[in-house]
Amino acid sequence: MNRTELRPSAFEQRLLKWLGGPLINLSESLGRIAILTRQTIAWVKSADRPTVFAQMVSVGADSLPVTVLTSLFTGMVLALQTGVSFRRVFNEPIYVGTVVGLSLTKELGPVLTAVVIAGRVGAAIAAELGTMKVTEQIDALYTLGTNPIKYLAVPRLIACLICIPILTLIADFVGIAGGLMVAVYRLGIPQATYVNEIQALTWKEGTHGLAKSVVFAAIIALISCYKGFTCEGGAEGVGKATTSAVVISMVLVLVCDYFLSALLVSFGIG
Amino acid sequence: MIRLVNVHRSFGPNHVLRGCSLDIRDGETLTIIGGSGTGKSVTLKLMVGLLKPNRGEIFVDDQEISHLSEDALSQVQEKFAYVFQGGALFDSLTVGQNVAFGLYNLKKMDRDKIPDYVRERLALVGLTGVEQLKPAELSGGMRKRVAIARAIAMAPKYLLYDEPTTGLDPIMSDVINDLIVGLQKKLGVTAVVVTHDMKSAFKVSNRIAMLYEGKIVGVDTPEAIRNSKDPLVQQFISGSAEGPIKMKVRAF
Repeated sequence: MNRTELRPSAFEQRLLKWLGGPLINLSESLGRIAILTRQTIAWVKSADRPTVFAQMVSVGADSLPVTVLTSLFTGMVLALQTGVSFRRVFNEPIYVGTVVGLSLTKELGPVLTAVVIAGRVGAAIAAELGTMKVTEQIDALYTLGTNPIKYLAVPRLIACLICIPILTLIADFVGIAGGLMVAVYRLGIPQATYVNEIQALTWKEGTHGLAKSVVFAAIIALISCYKGFTCEGGAEGVGKATTSAVVISMVLVLVCDYFLSALLVSFGIG
Repeated sequence: MIRLVNVHRSFGPNHVLRGCSLDIRDGETLTIIGGSGTGKSVTLKLMVGLLKPNRGEIFVDDQEISHLSEDALSQVQEKFAYVFQGGALFDSLTVGQNVAFGLYNLKKMDRDKIPDYVRERLALVGLTGVEQLKPAELSGGMRKRVAIARAIAMAPKYLLYDEPTTGLDPIMSDVINDLIVGLQKKLGVTAVVVTHDMKSAFKVSNRIAMLYEGKIVGVDTPEAIRNSKDPLVQQFISGSAEGPIKMKVRAF
């Protein structure tokens, strides 16, 4: 075989050029996120409690109204659509409680809460850390003997890991209550029927949803911190970091949701 | 003593420092002058370990810092305090909390003594009764002074000033210059000032170094720099567009 045969064709060269840059950037970002994750976990034990508490207020308490509102109407519309559709197919609105309960605890509770939190908290984290980066406040932390990962990323990760599963649980309850209102007052289903169907749910469904919400919390906190820490280029850079933190978190939540569900189901959880 | 030996540093395709060598002696105030984008701030960040060089060596008190572990580097960083260009005050904290920040974290002092110490450091930069204000409530000059108070609160051996007079009116610039000179006398720190404000450079420095195309092209006393025959130095201190330094200006 002579040397010329080993040379890539013009098309292959173009393809490599087109794919090469983005692939290198992607692998670099993944590596950096892995390093950030390792360092954040290493500092978790030495987290400053008042800072963690302040972040929990921001992530948890301040996100409660929007989470409640979202899940309430999701539960309501789920009951309405199920009831109306099943009435058309089966002539009566059956299984409304089962559908609402299963959908909320396993899917909509964790996913919708994560999406809402990614928009509210993820954006706030990326914008705050991004602004600190471009105004050299992150560098200032280093010069004042403070590791920015310990001071900024760790409390945010802990707050998300604690608050997002709790918010998910609240979303499940509020959504089921919303479904109950529509089922009883709009569809005329007896309250006992709906409640019995909800009571048939087992710990497995709840665990399924909660396990996913823990992973979603880690995704939102770490991606948003990473985007903030790597932000460059003034106000425009902060805007871009914020947008990409929200978009990447949401997409990752939805993609991971499928794979996590498949994994949990294969273990017989939910 | 801080020593830079043949330091190179690039950002992507932009080769900023191209063999920068410089000695900073203990107790002196050395000013690095040079045009925008020549790598003055990069040089400061390399000294304190916020950036790592691509090539070359940086010595702080005879210890080479560019290959140190994170823990060893943070010990070296304790010798430094850095006054950032925009102040880099923490927006979410009050002025008092900003000045006390490093003291609480490094636990260099009893917690009960910190408030009095903070008041005293703020008084050294001419500020009183501002501890409870947020940085957003301060003027540009006050922010710079709080940033200086935060830096000197750490009782550093080396004090690095990044463009301390940029964006201030001429009178406030002179107040900051007096402050730099006064603090050097009172605290005996070694200071490195980065600026393109020649009035400030002549006033505060024991020596001035000129950075051009990523290298130090001359280091001397302010008097010798003023009388230098070097066309690069002369063009810079006279602020003339005509001369060997060509600024790239893009029309749009």
